[in-house]
Amino acid sequence: MSTAVSQIDEIKTTPWSGGRSPFNVEYGKIMMWFFLLSDAFTFSSLLISYGALRFSASVWPAADKVFQSVPGMIDHGAPLVFVGIMTFILILSSVTMVLAVEAGHRNAKKEVIWWMIATVIGGFMFLGCQALEWAHLHHEGFWWGSTPPLHELKEFFTEGAGTDATRHLTSQEFANLFFTITGFHGFHVFTGVIINIIITVNVLLGTYEKRGSYLMVEKVGLYWHFVDLVWVFVFTFFYLV
Amino acid sequence: MSSDSQEVHHEEGDHATMTKGRIIKVALILSAITAVEFIIALILVPKGILALQYANPVYIVLTLFKAFYIVAFFMHLKFEKMGLALSIIVPILFIIGLILVLTNESHHWITLRG
Repeated sequence: MSTAVSQIDEIKTTPWSGGRSPFNVEYGKIMMWFFLLSDAFTFSSLLISYGALRFSASVWPAADKVFQSVPGMIDHGAPLVFVGIMTFILILSSVTMVLAVEAGHRNAKKEVIWWMIATVIGGFMFLGCQALEWAHLHHEGFWWGSTPPLHELKEFFTEGAGTDATRHLTSQEFANLFFTITGFHGFHVFTGVIINIIITVNVLLGTYEKRGSYLMVEKVGLYWHFVDLVWVFVFTFFYLV
Repeated sequence: MSSDSQEVHHEEGDHATMTKGRIIKVALILSAITAVEFIIALILVPKGILALQYANPVYIVLTLFKAFYIVAFFMHLKFEKMGLALSIIVPILFIIGLILVLTNESHHWITLRG
């Protein structure tokens, strides 16, 4: 009796031959990726409607005139400074998150805790900045369904652009879209911070140390980077373009 | 033989991916791109060196670069299996197509709106 197996009976071991995940990724992580994909669709639909309304409008509020203050410090003439600070805060908190994941790979519990706490602080700082930004715009008269009075609207547009009617219409569209999109993003940051806190507590309790892997840190990390990713787009399309 | 070497390669790929040095390098790239965007928005456009209609595509390209670095390195997608990467990227390409179509379409709506 020969033990040699004919070629056709050999068990195949290629990734797509069955018996194991072809993606070679743990179940929860795949699900996080697909959730983020669906979330990307939601954000895309918001940004698409923003783009469609904006590019079909003859005038639009000029970003460097709407956003030109640093709440509590500079009232006028500092375009993009405050949002620049917010952007760097979020990028930095994304960096501390990868550092937490990297520490998790080495099973260095203490380092994971400190980087996670830094990430949570970054998240809170961003939320605080956004609250100030919202309060400032609301103070100027922008809100869902309301704009500053007609005679004040001129200062938010490049000189001589549009009529009172078009300025009023597009300011309203701008306000609705701004609060909806940054609000939806802010809600993601908020839930991200909550999830990060829960994970930090779990790290402190030693849950993942017992489990032998810090995979959960990687999964919330994916969510947190996604929030940063969305902000990169919101920043470009609301503040730069 | 070939499947063996693949396994070994994969083991390496799983662990030696995001070192601290690499994280800092990507962070610096992201900060540098953001800084370039600010230079364009605060200096080049107001001084008239770069017209706004040319600045906008530049912003979008720079944003896509940032998105690539975040997804590929921070979210680790560059080091995942090709199948997973494709299942995320291909749907996004369709969305980008929709954005391009609708943006183009909206230019025609101007005549329909007041």
